Amino acid sequence: MDFIAIFSIFVLACFVGYFVVWSVTPALHTPLMSVTNAISSVIIVGALIASAAAGSPVSKWLGLAAVVMASINIFGGFAVTERMLAMYKKKER
Amino acid sequence: MHDVAPINPWVALAYLVAGVFFILALRGLSSPASSRRGNRFGMAGMGIAVVTTLVTHELANPIEVIGAIAIGAVIGLVMARKIAMTAMPQLVAAFHSLVGLAAVAVAAAAYLNPGAFGIADEAGQIFTVSRIEMGLGIAIGAITFSGSVIAFLKLNGNMSGAPIILPLRHLINLGTLAAILGLIGYFLTDQSPAVFWTITALSFLIGFLLIIPIGGADMPVVVSMLNSYSGWAAAAMGFTLHNTAMIITGALVGSSGAILSYIMCRAMNRSFISVIAGGFGADDSGGAGGGAKEQRPWKPGSADDAAFLMSQAENVIIVPGYGMAVAQAQHALREMADLLKKEGVNVKYAIHPVAGRMPGHMNVLLAEANVPYDEVFELEDINNEFAQCDVAFVIGANDVTNPAAKTDKSSPIYGMPVLDVEKAKTVLFVKRSMGGVGYAGVDNDVFYMDQTMMLLGDAKKMADDIVKALNGSGH
Repeated sequence: MDFIAIFSIFVLACFVGYFVVWSVTPALHTPLMSVTNAISSVIIVGALIASAAAGSPVSKWLGLAAVVMASINIFGGFAVTERMLAMYKKKER
Repeated sequence: MHDVAPINPWVALAYLVAGVFFILALRGLSSPASSRRGNRFGMAGMGIAVVTTLVTHELANPIEVIGAIAIGAVIGLVMARKIAMTAMPQLVAAFHSLVGLAAVAVAAAAYLNPGAFGIADEAGQIFTVSRIEMGLGIAIGAITFSGSVIAFLKLNGNMSGAPIILPLRHLINLGTLAAILGLIGYFLTDQSPAVFWTITALSFLIGFLLIIPIGGADMPVVVSMLNSYSGWAAAAMGFTLHNTAMIITGALVGSSGAILSYIMCRAMNRSFISVIAGGFGADDSGGAGGGAKEQRPWKPGSADDAAFLMSQAENVIIVPGYGMAVAQAQHALREMADLLKKEGVNVKYAIHPVAGRMPGHMNVLLAEANVPYDEVFELEDINNEFAQCDVAFVIGANDVTNPAAKTDKSSPIYGMPVLDVEKAKTVLFVKRSMGGVGYAGVDNDVFYMDQTMMLLGDAKKMADDIVKALNGSGH
């Protein structure tokens, strides 16, 4: 993909983000932060590529370290979000 | 084996689906009812991204990779289970630092082995566009990391919340930033390690320098801002790897953090620039001078008085602040509200955006205490109801109820949106003592009004005593 194609996706995604985030209810801003934190760990994709590649052992170990860090975030971020969201209950009756 | 999967449309499509799932994850948060489904979308999106990567890249050693994921999973799940809800801001700051450091590691790995990422030509020269992306990625990642570490230490109390002011800090910071940008420019012509690692080192340094002068009261803005940076770091890496899932996510997270920073700034009536410049709360002369003012009369009250007044009321609005959470009074408070509701009192909660230590923090703390979310209202939704309410019950909050923000132009909190508790027929104000002042160090006229009764004592003990009094008087 050329740079302009990727850049177009980026700019449009910024607009989507802008509108989607303003529609998030303020009561859920803390879960919003924890879930955005979890999804930004999609950089695990880059970490996996680095750890899979042959050629540079240092690069491989950096990749593996990044896989560990991103995994902490992914599992921790989604789990803590789930834990918080489970606490939000409607009034009985 | 050093070429990334040549642009396979199925792979690109899978990453796109992952990106769309992340959008749906945030979309779900528009209401608590759909929020858990949203979170599942997020998990599914992540699953798709990871599996796609694993099946399209031949793993040199699958056991190592699976092991690394397993280690991370165990640590993450234990942290998520153990963390107290009052400590959420620290946890989020810690998570941000990991995203930052992971981005640095990935950028460094890509620099050391560009062939594996398909971003270099035959001679090992990294493409020009990739150099900019990589330089920005490692810089933002490093700033996110060191900034988040400082934010974590301040929020966790390992480091004083007081701003640390270095002489000439603006000059040093701007100089460092200019040096980083200049070096990224130079990196385009010279990809030697010295340039790359200097950018990295300077970026770690600037993250540290940017956050140390920012005081504890501004930490909600800082945490949101670092949230935003972690997104931009992911986006920059997405550009390097030509990965749509990463770019979409980065844009979403980047916007999200930026919007939350804006909301927090607006709630404190502070400009983003003044928060970033730091130093708020460093000048304590104003707060200390307040003690010398003339003693104004105020009316003390007891838990029995409060129980009687509230049980006779028709409408009660509870205004909780972070002091309530620090005293762990939320469960006693909810018990009190339950007893009042049994007596036929209409109970609501009013939340100021900066009531907690991060955006939405107070809502989580109340939810944890089983307060139904449809009894909890945001400032703009409930503020005009104070005029019709019989009792405003303020517990652990102070500055966010101060009418000086509306009337006194000389007040440091002038212009900040506040809850209009002074309009209630009776104000019950739970406070540790008459001596202490809020974060902003200003006196609150609400204390001295005729209709105000000061309930002095620990928030939890006071709530417990009111519960006892309500049980005693009742049936």
